[in-house]
Amino acid sequence: MTSAPITQNPDKQPFDAFGLLARFAPLIFLVILMAVFATLQPRFLSTINLLNVLRQISISGLLAIGMTFVILTAGIDLSVGSLLAFCGIVAAIVAKGGAAGNFAGGGHGAGHGWGLALLAAVAVGILCGLLQGAAITKAKVPPFVVTLGGMSAFRGATLLLANGGPISGFDESFTFWGQGRIGMIPTPVVIFIAFAVLAHLILRYTRFGRQVYAVGGNAEAARLSGLKVPRILLSVYVLMGFFSGLAGFVLAARLNSAEAVAGIGYELTVIASVVIGGTSLFGGIGTIFGTVVGAILIGVLLNGLVLLNVSSYIQQIVIGLIIVLAVAFDTYAKSRRRRA
Amino acid sequence: MTASGLAGDTHPSRPALLSVRGVSKRFPGVQALSGIDLDLGTGEVLALLGENGAGKSTLLKILSGAQAADVGTILLNGVPYVPAQPHEAQANGVVTIYQEFTLIPTLSVAENIMIGREPGRAGFVHWGATFGVAREALSRLGLSINPRRLVRDLSVADQQMVEIARALSMEARLIIMDEPTAALSVAEVERLLALVRILKGRGIGIIYVTHRLDEVMTVCDRATVLRDGRLVGSADIATTSIDHLIRMMVGRDLGAMAPVEGGSARPGVPALRVSRLCTRNTADPHATTVTDITLSVQPGEILGIAGLVGAGRTELARAIFGADSITGGQIFVEGREVAIRSPADAIALGIGLVPEDRKQQALFLSLAIRNNMAVTAMGRRRAPFDYVSDAWERGLVREFQKALGIRMASPDQAIGNLSGGNQQKVVLARWLALKPKILIVDEPTRGIDVAAKAEVHGLLGRLAQDGIAVIVISSELPEVIALADRIVTLREGRLTGEVARRKATEESLMRLMTLRTALEPA
Repeated sequence: MTSAPITQNPDKQPFDAFGLLARFAPLIFLVILMAVFATLQPRFLSTINLLNVLRQISISGLLAIGMTFVILTAGIDLSVGSLLAFCGIVAAIVAKGGAAGNFAGGGHGAGHGWGLALLAAVAVGILCGLLQGAAITKAKVPPFVVTLGGMSAFRGATLLLANGGPISGFDESFTFWGQGRIGMIPTPVVIFIAFAVLAHLILRYTRFGRQVYAVGGNAEAARLSGLKVPRILLSVYVLMGFFSGLAGFVLAARLNSAEAVAGIGYELTVIASVVIGGTSLFGGIGTIFGTVVGAILIGVLLNGLVLLNVSSYIQQIVIGLIIVLAVAFDTYAKSRRRRA
Repeated sequence: MTASGLAGDTHPSRPALLSVRGVSKRFPGVQALSGIDLDLGTGEVLALLGENGAGKSTLLKILSGAQAADVGTILLNGVPYVPAQPHEAQANGVVTIYQEFTLIPTLSVAENIMIGREPGRAGFVHWGATFGVAREALSRLGLSINPRRLVRDLSVADQQMVEIARALSMEARLIIMDEPTAALSVAEVERLLALVRILKGRGIGIIYVTHRLDEVMTVCDRATVLRDGRLVGSADIATTSIDHLIRMMVGRDLGAMAPVEGGSARPGVPALRVSRLCTRNTADPHATTVTDITLSVQPGEILGIAGLVGAGRTELARAIFGADSITGGQIFVEGREVAIRSPADAIALGIGLVPEDRKQQALFLSLAIRNNMAVTAMGRRRAPFDYVSDAWERGLVREFQKALGIRMASPDQAIGNLSGGNQQKVVLARWLALKPKILIVDEPTRGIDVAAKAEVHGLLGRLAQDGIAVIVISSELPEVIALADRIVTLREGRLTGEVARRKATEESLMRLMTLRTALEPA
């Protein structure tokens, strides 16, 4: 093999300022945002407030972890808010031993412990994810349509199961998972961070994780490389279902109440967290770290606007604009890659 | 190059319609066209010939306004013609009919013909007039297609007729047809050729791009041949022969492509044998139906598959690899009949495929070199929790970087930043990491510079020496001849010949690849 001429190496990695900026853009934006809020409202930087921000994002953050897997495969899941509510109701029913009308009199059979409630919520979440994943991979219905249908169907199932009203009043071992603290850290934050670390390890260091990136980056090339693409796609929707179940349980524990109308509009916050965190809607690019930053960014934004007494209507406008901006940035970055 | 003087000669009996002088076009890393001259008279049918990559497509794109020439002048009816956009070309009466039709399948035939020019008032379409004008445009060509039908319900041939009718109704003076008969049956080809004669009779100039020399002999007045982006020459069809055209197309300097030592078939059971294999990719309407292919490769042998675009080479490779389903026939690996239903099945049997379109089918452009290389091998790695370490991936890259001479800054570099040749080596390494028994390479050196080409060729030779059965598919005949121990030719999805390397010439292969048996001169 002849050696390459030393004078010029055509394959030398050029310094890519844009690429570097694109990678750290969410983090830079977060730091700027925090500096602005800290200046305008000193209360913002208090430990209590910052922990409050983290606790507020932990539920949507758990969903965003699952959503990162889905969006990495160039898919989408719009049903997360509904499925979260559904799983929350399931957990509540198991914990209370019945739905609203049944146990109101107090004469009904006693409920089960939080463990079984969590297990039931997660199992239902996984089952629903499996159902949607099968519709996507076997029946070849686009993810957008399947999960749009799921969004409606799971909400309906929730209302049916909840029999209208909320199911409230759990014992302390149940509510610990939403209201308790480990050390000084709220339990939901600990759960969120723990699963973020686990998901990061899976995506970054396991075969399955690598295959998720490959399928999202180029599904045809992945198939021709011998990857079982449908199985991988199915898995990400199952994972999303798992996180919906877990988040539903934690939300019910935090509110000490499972509500049929919980999680309405969550899909927007969740997808926004993932996309703002740098995961490409076109698939193949993104990290859990980015998603965590994206989730915190949205939490900080909402919290800061509240502290500054900005109307909640304006908050919605801001979130909407930021999503479109993040995707516009992603599209621009993609066109740059194409030219490379 | 004495023949090039002919190109300047306009046919004396016809007024000049198009005159191209000194047109050149450069893409990064390749001179696609250099100094092309071309003339066309009214009512003349000019065949534009050349092998794949000769520069025909680039020339068409320049004429149709899809790309701009770097230098050179083009006169249309004696007036400078510099279309910046395809619609400007159309406004000047230059209409191109591509292989991929530009019709909108969900609209009616009439709407497609009249699109953008629907008769009407104040934004309202006058439907009666729309159908009337469309019917008139169809009947001028002797076509009996109902203008109310949806385009998607028409056959491919009829869709093409609609395209031509649309061109005519746009007052086209020059119609460019890019491989118009590639997807047509024998009877449909006759209809198209008849249509070309009608257009010719109406004084329309036609540039007819094709690989099918028999059609050139029947319908064209003159032929202009390109090779490697240069003009080889022109010839009057009346005074030329198919053999002469073939010689103009293939007469390339072979010095750049030295024969590769390596392949020598080992006796015994073939590594791969396919028997009466048939495949049809229903998802892709442009895919060729492959029929009754029987061939075998020995361990250590390099088998070349030659054929023009659309001959079914890629379809055959994809069927063997399980990427498309087979509709008939059997596949044997090392003498044992196997059922291959997916690429994963093929890989488990020791088959690898380097696909034709690197960007679309092989590379993960958003990922690093090491991810791209390890994508197959990580499936065989056994580790707790399916752990895939960066260090293992980097080690894999280093191993093949040395063996294959991959030039890169770091294994963590994005694959998109490598040159085509180095990208291709990464894709090859992806398969070599699995130690395959059979390796199919489809257009192994497409878009790769000359030096890297020689390296890839040498590598394929060494793989054969190591006992791998290699199948090389290539549009470049010198490449097939340089690499393969044995060459089979395909045409329109069927096997048309088999030649040993020492007997193969570009002329003999081109003949097997281009001519319809019925029209082959005795």
